[in-house]
Amino acid sequence: MHGGAHEETSAALTARPRGDGRSAPAVEVDGLAKRYPKSAVDSLAGVSFQVRQGEVFGFLGPNGAGKSTTIGILTTRIRPTRGRAVVAGVDVVADPVGARRVLGVVPQQNNLDRSLSVRQNLLFHASYHGVPRAERIRLADALLDQFGLADRPDGRPDDFSGGQIQRMMIARALMHAPSVLFLDEPSTGLDPAARLFLWEKVAELQQAGTTVVITTHDMDEAATLSDRVAIIDHGTLLALDTPAALVRGMASERTLDCAVDPGPTTDADALAATIGALPGVRETEQLDDPMTGAWRLRIYVEGEPAGFVAPVAQAVSAAGGSLTDARLGEPNLEDVFIHLTGRALR
Amino acid sequence: MTVADADPRPADPPGDTRPAALRELPRWGPWRTGLAILRRDLFVTGREFPIFLAQVILQPLFLLFVFGKVLTELGYARPGYQLVLFPGLVALAAVLTGLQSTALPLVIEFSYSNEIEDRLLAPLPIGAVAVEKVVFAAMRAFVAAAVMFPIGIWILGSIPWSSSTGVAVFVMIVLGSLLGSAMGLILGTYVPPNRINVTFALVLTPLIFTGCSQYPWPSLEHLRWFQVVSALNPMTYVSEGLRGLMVPHVPHIQTWVCFVVGVTYLIVLMVIGMIGFNRRALG
Repeated sequence: MHGGAHEETSAALTARPRGDGRSAPAVEVDGLAKRYPKSAVDSLAGVSFQVRQGEVFGFLGPNGAGKSTTIGILTTRIRPTRGRAVVAGVDVVADPVGARRVLGVVPQQNNLDRSLSVRQNLLFHASYHGVPRAERIRLADALLDQFGLADRPDGRPDDFSGGQIQRMMIARALMHAPSVLFLDEPSTGLDPAARLFLWEKVAELQQAGTTVVITTHDMDEAATLSDRVAIIDHGTLLALDTPAALVRGMASERTLDCAVDPGPTTDADALAATIGALPGVRETEQLDDPMTGAWRLRIYVEGEPAGFVAPVAQAVSAAGGSLTDARLGEPNLEDVFIHLTGRALR
Repeated sequence: MTVADADPRPADPPGDTRPAALRELPRWGPWRTGLAILRRDLFVTGREFPIFLAQVILQPLFLLFVFGKVLTELGYARPGYQLVLFPGLVALAAVLTGLQSTALPLVIEFSYSNEIEDRLLAPLPIGAVAVEKVVFAAMRAFVAAAVMFPIGIWILGSIPWSSSTGVAVFVMIVLGSLLGSAMGLILGTYVPPNRINVTFALVLTPLIFTGCSQYPWPSLEHLRWFQVVSALNPMTYVSEGLRGLMVPHVPHIQTWVCFVVGVTYLIVLMVIGMIGFNRRALG
């Protein structure tokens, strides 16, 4: 090893160029299927998708949908029944050892080495991956610092909080500078500050050119972090697009919720009919019994709901009442998710 | 992997964004990774070496003292019994320490701590992680067996030893250490964590008392069924092998038989253990 290579390694964490659109995909999954022994159905029934280089890819699905199986296959811990999976150019089935060199995993549960200190966890991980001694010492100190762990590098993992454990596991995974980092439900059990810190780090990793595949139940997290989101259920891929495009696909869910203080002459049905006749209104729905107190109306609209506040207010006052409250209902990723996977508990 | 051109992958995999320094790593090879994992285990044990020694010495120490010294001096055991006992206790220390050094950590690492995951995700074949576990446990077992020699001299005054068989004794102790570790690999990977306590009780006691560590196997000819049972215990061949090498005048199973059966057992146990390990490590 010569000095130049060392510098390149440490610099790489902060200033790696982002992969351009023309380069090969960071993750390539083709017809991937898994049936566990003694199971009558496929846990994964032929899933295909690609993750671009330098992308943050959100992987969503209800419990038991096939997320963990997919991630398990991609990280070489589960053997697929059929199909092909390639991570950073390495076929995970044909060359699992090669794949483990280029991928990093941050698991959901604490699997830190409890016999080692925080710093030793990082150092030994790097030595398993063949990072030269001088380099791993430098990298460990840099990462401990970046992840706010530098004040207690010699503490044992058992003495730290859930958020700190999480940071240690990410720092550990970065010790061998993986091309693709898999984060399995990283924000589960984190307090809001720890979650924000995690989001910042993911953004920084992306800046540095690392591809990040993230599984989560947190729709906010998926929408905030991900360039694209895949929604999977019952072992099949239901949707794959940018969060914005997925939400746009739910345009029929745009609503304006109004509270109306009726006057003595206001007729509920007539008002609903008037509003329903406004251009761009698809449907109106009375949320409460109009005979008691304030009326609440949900108006399903096409286009921006904000543009309907004024015409609706006019219609209400023309009917002798007054508009007391209006809420704009934009669909979000959660609506998309529930729309695709249903409300049933599992 | 010893030569760079044995690596079938292209020099620059298309999706590999890692810096050049790390992309060159295939040359380091899984061997380096395996050694790094072994170094971690040695580091952790080395830090607690006195505790480790106390852990492995205490039981054989008392066995040696009570059976070899107390019973002989009180006249309940014939003079010279300690010569029969000593090689057996060396075998016992090797096999038991090996077994415990793989079984218990594996049960914990696969279920409660998940610690093994970081090693299963290291760039070496999954089976090599199992081999490292066995090699490391065998190193512990070897140390436990080796410290029996100074303890024997201390308690018994002298131990049977001939420099002409020294190398063979060394090899036999290594074989015993590996046999115990391989048995531990099987226990640690096939037994569910909630059953490990009861399994230990059900396995360890028969293992200790049918392994011919306290008596020579040929002397059991009047207790035929017990002789047959003892012949099934891999430890018997370690006890008898060491006895044949250290106290050749005591009746014993022929040394070459002990080596052949011991190595055969080792291969069979390792194959079963590796299958169990792969099942636990891979979905």
